[in-house]
Amino acid sequence: MAEVKLTLKVSLHVPLDVSVISPDNFVGKSLEEIRSLNVWEGNRKARLDGFFEVEGETASSVENLTILLRGNGSKFRKLGRGMSNGKILVEGSAGLYLGEEMSGGTISVNGEVGSWCGTRMKGGLIEVKGNAGDYVGASYRGSTEGMKGGVIIIHGSAGNEVGAWMQNGLIKIFGDVGQFAGIHLQNGTIYILGNSEGRVGAQMKNGKIIVLGSVPAILPSFSFEEIRDKVKAGEEKVAGPFYVFSGDIVENGDGRLFISRKNNLHLKFFEKL
Amino acid sequence: MKLLIRNGFVFDPQNGIDGEKMDIAIQDGRIVESVNPSEAVTIDASNMIVMPGGVDLHSHIAGAKVNAGRLLRPEDHYKDVEIKTSITRSGVGHSIPSTFTTGYRYARMGYTTVFEPATAPLKTLHTHEELNDIPILDKACFPLFGNNWIVMEYLKENRVEECAAYIAWMLNAVKGYAIKIVNPGGVEAWGWGKGIKSLDDQVPYFEITPREIIRGLCKVNKLLNLPHPIHVHCNNLGKPGNYRTTIETMDCISDLATDDKPIIHVTHVQFTGYGGVDWASLASGADKIAKYVNAHRHVTLDLGQIIFTDTTTMTADGPFQYQLYLLTGNKWINSDVEAETGAGVVPMRYRRNNYVHAVMWAIGLELALLVKDPWRVFMTTDHPNGGPFTAYPRVISWLMSREVRRKILAKVPRLARVRTNLSAIDREYTFYEIAIVTRAGTAKILGLKNKGHLGIGADADIAIYNINPNEVDPSKDYKKVRRAFRNAAYTIKDGEIIAKDGEIIKVPNGRTYWSKPEVRADLMDAMKAILVKKFEDYYTVKLENYYIPERCLVQSNPINVKASL
Repeated sequence: MAEVKLTLKVSLHVPLDVSVISPDNFVGKSLEEIRSLNVWEGNRKARLDGFFEVEGETASSVENLTILLRGNGSKFRKLGRGMSNGKILVEGSAGLYLGEEMSGGTISVNGEVGSWCGTRMKGGLIEVKGNAGDYVGASYRGSTEGMKGGVIIIHGSAGNEVGAWMQNGLIKIFGDVGQFAGIHLQNGTIYILGNSEGRVGAQMKNGKIIVLGSVPAILPSFSFEEIRDKVKAGEEKVAGPFYVFSGDIVENGDGRLFISRKNNLHLKFFEKL
Repeated sequence: MKLLIRNGFVFDPQNGIDGEKMDIAIQDGRIVESVNPSEAVTIDASNMIVMPGGVDLHSHIAGAKVNAGRLLRPEDHYKDVEIKTSITRSGVGHSIPSTFTTGYRYARMGYTTVFEPATAPLKTLHTHEELNDIPILDKACFPLFGNNWIVMEYLKENRVEECAAYIAWMLNAVKGYAIKIVNPGGVEAWGWGKGIKSLDDQVPYFEITPREIIRGLCKVNKLLNLPHPIHVHCNNLGKPGNYRTTIETMDCISDLATDDKPIIHVTHVQFTGYGGVDWASLASGADKIAKYVNAHRHVTLDLGQIIFTDTTTMTADGPFQYQLYLLTGNKWINSDVEAETGAGVVPMRYRRNNYVHAVMWAIGLELALLVKDPWRVFMTTDHPNGGPFTAYPRVISWLMSREVRRKILAKVPRLARVRTNLSAIDREYTFYEIAIVTRAGTAKILGLKNKGHLGIGADADIAIYNINPNEVDPSKDYKKVRRAFRNAAYTIKDGEIIAKDGEIIKVPNGRTYWSKPEVRADLMDAMKAILVKKFEDYYTVKLENYYIPERCLVQSNPINVKASL
């Protein structure tokens, strides 16, 4: 396994577009070539080594290449954009648009990530130890094409509109989520271990959303189906019991909400229906 | 500035020049007999095609609905970005490019004149502001009259002359060029919760039929002697079986044709050329329309060819856009412009493996290939409804090559091949005919005397394409054709080189044309007296605020016409 180490040597004041930092771009290049790659700082074009110390060794095949990033990358944009294989490890935060349109490989972040993490992702794995911003695995603004495959795991909490327009794949969030988790969900699975701020699954067409924590209310456009003991989230079996709802009826949808019974006593009246 | 274009293969259909090797001399923005070679900048155009600058007569490039489309579709922009250079501005947009980008992209393809075909009169100031921002191109806009309350009231009472005076006033007030009619009566009827299904259905409250509106406005057009005939988007657009409505529309004014001149332009006929009775039985109606057009001299058409891509539909036909929204489930904007018209915007993706879309694709090409006279059928994609104008080179290659049409037909659903006649059509356009359908013919039907040809005195709007018609067989080398038309080797506008090999090198302002019909003063006064009252009753704005002063146009170019009134 070859590893390229990038250490942020300046503190960033404006966004830094680092979409060039991905195993696909680094593979087969010498360290000198990597240092001379272009990044955009705001609207100014600059060299990569103006911001990073670059050391380590490169590999000739992308699957053997690991990129290790150190430093506070909260001003980063589009890290690992479109990567197809290999690994990016971030010791720190990773900014906005992490792993945009990636199709394979792994991105692992020790710190926090901003909004639009894994947007329009097609495959691979993103794992974030800290919190994530809004629109995890979502579509581009206005577009109807969200995440198409792959796995996003957030160990902290996430913001609003998790998995908007998601078409396939799995999003697993250990913490809480904001409003409108799974809005416009087309297919795929969103698994939330914490609480939701509500409006789960608004306008969903298909797919499933599992909430182990509490939800303030279920949208009126969902109909109560049954109580289920367990449900599958990807390969994993999750123990319930769950209230199962189907909807969103407004969109003629056939999606499923699995809402924990234990943490949502206020939904008990559904059992009488 | 003097310019000399040497040794190009010149295609100038208005003057009957078909690929002759000759020089073109330019002085002070006009084409002249000759210039002194030692004083002139010389362009060596040997092995290249020289044509008049492209003239597009139907392309939604500016106005309220175009801008609404831009706002509706952020996802249309992010993949298609134009980077700024030292002289051009940055911009975005695949199907609805920003104003500057629109100008650059047209200029790169060798187009120098583009007309915006639908603007609600009330919103035309916005249209002009966007047109002002579009660099390089000469342009104009067609105000909508087909659902205008005042027009309908006049025509109901058969007061054609006063209606003509009103339209003359309106063209002058909003700086419009010609009369556009969209779904005559249908948009208004929809506003009352009703629909128009045939030319003889009545518009609620106004008690007038589409037939009366079209006939009335055609008469008005003749009375005013406007440069362009009525520009009609038919009723029942986008509905299977609507080719009958289209033929009826063309036929309902056939008795008004007096000489050989076309008196109606039916636009984006692909959208109104459907056979069958429902989507499951959709078939091509192009052959019937083409048969009618071949037999009648009073009609011209443009295609509205669709492209298999992601685009945005936008028309003043609110009810059609609503149907499209129901069909696609996509996001939707609808608008009602008080007493004038409506509009809608719906994003759309045409897919090759969708048989309905494949049939639509074939209908457009069939129309172009079955109408015998290229002077009466023009190439458009109804940008952005059928596809963005940047796809014109592709459409040109489809028209010129049977082989590429067959290749695409082999990939579309079988049903689409069976329901259309395209596979049986062998005709291939020549460069001469391409020059007609993209510039000479369009300039002629728009009544632009100095455009679309390279005769002495014409505006020096010239496109030079890097392709040798003697060496390249467009039927086989359709990719070369596409490449050549995508980026003109030179685009010359008013005698100045604007673009070279796809790079913009100069960004002048274009003119805005508008018609200024001169109507008898007493008639005008009588009409105005009534208009003041009607405005009070119908509009939320004051008449005084309605008029667009000429200073709002960066380069105003009124065309004075003497009305027979």
